[in-house]
Amino acid sequence: MSETGFLDGKVPTGPIHERWTSHKFNMKLVNPANKRRYEIIVVGTGLAGAAAAASLGELGYNVKVFTFHDSPRRAHSIAAQGGINAAKNYKNDGDSVYRLFYDTVKGGDFRAREGNVHRLAEVSVDIIDQCAGQGVPFAREYSGLLDNRSFGGAQVSRTFYARGQTGQQLLLGAYQALARQIRAGSCTLYNRTEMLDLVVKDGAARGIVVRDLLTGEVSSHSAHAVVVASGGYSNVFYLSTNALGSNTTATWRAHKRGALFANPCYTQIHPTCIPASDDFQSKLTLMSESLRNDGRIWVPKKPDDTRSPDQIPEADRDYYLERRYPAFGNLVPRDVASRNAKTQVDEGRGVGPIKNGVYLDFSDAINRVGPKVIKERYDNLFEMYERITDEDPYKVPMRIYPAVHYTMGGLWVDYNLMSNIPGLYVIGEANFSDHGANRLGASALMQGLADGYFVLPYTIGDYLAGMLGEKPLDPADPAFKQSEAEIADQVNRLLAMRGKHTVDQLYRKMGVDVMWTKCGMGRNATGLTEAISDIRAIREEFWSDLNIADQSQTMNQSLEKAMRVADFMDLAELMCTDALHREESCGGHFREEYQTPDGEALRNDDQFAYVGAWEWTGESGQQKLHKEELAFENVKLAQRSYK
Amino acid sequence: MATTTPARGSQSSARGLVRPTFSQPRRRLPYPFGLYQTAVGKKWVMGVTGIMMMGFVLVHMIGNLHMYEGPAKYNEYAEALRTVGGALMPREGVLWALRLGLLGAAALHIHSAATLTIINRRSRPLAYQSPRDYSAANFASRTMRATGIIVLLFVIFHLLDLTWGVFLGEDYITGDVYNNVTRSLSSLPIALLYLLANIALAVHLFHGAWSMFQSLGWNSPQFNQARRVFAAAFAGLILVGNLSFPILNLTGVVSQDSRTTPCVAEGGEETRICLGVNE
Amino acid sequence: MRITLKVWRQDGPTAPGSFETYDVPGVSPDMSFLEMLDVVNDRLTLDGKRPIVFEHDCREGICGSCGMMINGVPHGPERGTATCQLHMRKFHDGDQIVVEPWRSAAFPVIRDVAVDRSAFDRIIEAGGYISTPTGAAPDANLTLIPKPVADAAMDAAACIGCGACVAACPNSAAQLFTSAKLAHLNLLPQGQAERWARTEAMVETMEEFFGSCTNHGECREACPKEISLDFIAMMNRDYVKSKRKNRKLLSQIR
Repeated sequence: MSETGFLDGKVPTGPIHERWTSHKFNMKLVNPANKRRYEIIVVGTGLAGAAAAASLGELGYNVKVFTFHDSPRRAHSIAAQGGINAAKNYKNDGDSVYRLFYDTVKGGDFRAREGNVHRLAEVSVDIIDQCAGQGVPFAREYSGLLDNRSFGGAQVSRTFYARGQTGQQLLLGAYQALARQIRAGSCTLYNRTEMLDLVVKDGAARGIVVRDLLTGEVSSHSAHAVVVASGGYSNVFYLSTNALGSNTTATWRAHKRGALFANPCYTQIHPTCIPASDDFQSKLTLMSESLRNDGRIWVPKKPDDTRSPDQIPEADRDYYLERRYPAFGNLVPRDVASRNAKTQVDEGRGVGPIKNGVYLDFSDAINRVGPKVIKERYDNLFEMYERITDEDPYKVPMRIYPAVHYTMGGLWVDYNLMSNIPGLYVIGEANFSDHGANRLGASALMQGLADGYFVLPYTIGDYLAGMLGEKPLDPADPAFKQSEAEIADQVNRLLAMRGKHTVDQLYRKMGVDVMWTKCGMGRNATGLTEAISDIRAIREEFWSDLNIADQSQTMNQSLEKAMRVADFMDLAELMCTDALHREESCGGHFREEYQTPDGEALRNDDQFAYVGAWEWTGESGQQKLHKEELAFENVKLAQRSYK
Repeated sequence: MATTTPARGSQSSARGLVRPTFSQPRRRLPYPFGLYQTAVGKKWVMGVTGIMMMGFVLVHMIGNLHMYEGPAKYNEYAEALRTVGGALMPREGVLWALRLGLLGAAALHIHSAATLTIINRRSRPLAYQSPRDYSAANFASRTMRATGIIVLLFVIFHLLDLTWGVFLGEDYITGDVYNNVTRSLSSLPIALLYLLANIALAVHLFHGAWSMFQSLGWNSPQFNQARRVFAAAFAGLILVGNLSFPILNLTGVVSQDSRTTPCVAEGGEETRICLGVNE
Repeated sequence: MRITLKVWRQDGPTAPGSFETYDVPGVSPDMSFLEMLDVVNDRLTLDGKRPIVFEHDCREGICGSCGMMINGVPHGPERGTATCQLHMRKFHDGDQIVVEPWRSAAFPVIRDVAVDRSAFDRIIEAGGYISTPTGAAPDANLTLIPKPVADAAMDAAACIGCGACVAACPNSAAQLFTSAKLAHLNLLPQGQAERWARTEAMVETMEEFFGSCTNHGECREACPKEISLDFIAMMNRDYVKSKRKNRKLLSQIR
């Protein structure tokens, strides 16, 4: 923390487009022959983690990669459907690095660091080259050139895609690059190994403590630097579009060792998910936002209209996004689209058996371009929808509803992607840096890969260069041993309770009944205050009355989940605290008290144009707030308007 | 180049329970023999030898249709086989070359099948404990080993019966193919054996004639559909042709009695074939 | 709906296993198969019994974590669908559903119906990549790729690595997985430099773990992404060629 009490993001000064270039030049380098003397730990093998591990391995560092999955390829990046943005301007429609930068800062509702965002836009073009070189089968035109489409909120076509499986293909590219390094011996893979603690000694990150999910063995790994790329925390809501294994444990435990947690209340609600059908639902399935390019969103004008959609004449339909936002129509940013859907459903115009959705109708598009083109664009999505709902979207409009999808908040990092703990780097969705209060569509893949391929490999050298000759801390050091003992205690405590509730029962109660209801799409002071006390009560119950019937130390999924949920419960409280303190609406944080007369988010730039980063002080709910002032020198602060 | 070529074999780089089931050969034989040390290579060999034997089966079936032209033409055909190559080749020279080629093909086909079977057994040491429900594997593909063994045993029997005359005894007349075939096939048990074996052969071919395209890597969207048709047509053709022999013999359409002249001119080193009624 | 669930229970890799039968009332047809298992597990836990261990993650059919034999078919009765997207409406009230882990020497059982599929990673590590160090790639539009080629590569690249092909194969062969990965890279212009070395290395690594292909086609039927058997033919062709080409390449350099 800097002297003034404000956090220093260490963003270089100078003209925005020269900052990254000059910073790259000013950073210290590690001699190629010395690189092999450094050990680096990478936690997570999604886009950011796999890309970073592979790139660091290629540079010559010794890398240890950890994933709780059986294979790096299972990371949840694989589920991203729509695409990846890059300022290539291949479509000659006026795109540029500056426009991507501008759109991202504005889309993020002016709560992101300009310097970081501009760098992201700069390296976006390299990512596409890199991935195409790796053999990612991006969609092509008949000419053989890369195809692009426009994607939620953007008025240029800058999104590259590989059918509806862009995340899968990009992750396979990164995973293959990692596999090459594993083969070459520069990276060592620890699969089915979960990070459970960060070890900090003498003010710097020295290593991690992990649990082997096959044997239950707890062990320590030390290194010169630790890179956490463990993804986001959407699963705090129990129902989200995240994979069921996605968790906050790595980031939260780093937070408990001193890393600041920034903007935890910024959660993105994705507008196009399949509505829940019953209480047993274990997750929500996202349908790519690209569907909004051709689908038209509407609800019946009359509340409680029970007619089937084809029986409702045009006159009785309300295409509410097209009506309210004529310029952007169905392509308004995610937060706007989501909130509008919520309003419709709350006002009784929801559709479907339990009235919890809105229609996304393709009939006009099918009439315009023909079913063949629609099939080519969306077939796998349509099939997936039909498998889940048993309804054919070629004939019946889809039903969609928003669901939690991405978390913009995360561990605080400076321009170098280093947290406030020296030697701890945080990349990808796990950090807070580039999306502000709201992420634009097709930008998550871009940020994960930018951090992993093109930012961290440079910035980490600047830190490591100063450590030449230092040995990593001995894994037998008391700091490691103490952490191992604490983990063993936690495991024993969880197993010993034999109470009345399963993990899922309490998890659902906290996630759906408290977080989604009171800290979801709309938040208010009363609800958040209640939520905090609700969470405390559930946490109490969790730590006294939990039942883990499986007592074994070997592959024990209930135990794994219990440990993750325990961290979610702490994080949930912090999210509510953060949401309560941020008395404004911005992006993915909508406080009902702060809105314009026509229901739009009302920012308070005078008081809240800062990053709220929370410091753990030893007990949940007692975190201390640090602020990083945000300066907007290039993009003028303005109320977002998509009218 | 050598340094950038991915190293062979798997180094155990990660943890877990998985260990290789099969070890790499200690020494790779030089090309092309090294191919045969791998399962994909063995399947390739099975495909090539399969084609050779398919060629034989087809020619054999067509040749035997001469039976329906009567003893003279039939024996003339048999004789012609021995003199392929005319004066350029020693008598039976080409025939023996073909026989050796076929023998080699059969040996490789059987050896690769046997070794692959061992690999496949080892690759799933514990079978499924609940009933499997197959959706693509058909009767033909799942009985390749059984039909293969039936065909092999039958070929041995067939050779003993009609090439060496082991079972016909006194009735076997070297060189009088018509006599031997009709005598053998007019016996009900033997005819049934032929029926059974040829059905097995057709079933084997139904899968094999399609499968070889896969094993040899001969595929193209343009003719992929035709591969199934080809296999079915080929198997059907062989089935109809080969079944006609025992059936028509058994029903008396073709029989020993239909011949009007005794066949073999007795004696001498120079065994002459009877050329039938007209001569 | 009420169903009877017969599940393979096995405490560890070396422990003996056996089927156990559970009566499961109150199944909603809109549940996914895994949600049905979640319900069973919650009930088992409350009864103080050990829940069923099964792998799962994304639950939208893309991560490839889930997979089990359901009534003798990998991923269950619905074609082109992973277990997580199979819904209970595909079954009937009163059905008995038998669940068994995938069986292969290369996929040892970890616990219950969870198996270790790391052998797939070994195959990828052997050469399933295009060596493009970070930063080394030329502009993406410099390499033109005809749309049909990109589409075919994408068809192959859709593989999720779930292992259903191996589970389905009567010989426990991994030809569909390996050939899909090979075809993805071997079809693209970027993949040509390493094509023959990659093919040789990946096929030979595959053969250390898995059985051999006898062209039944079961793998294709079981594949949740319906990957084509044509890729297997392409792999066979490339492998035989690679044996000759790799030898030739080496001799040209000397």
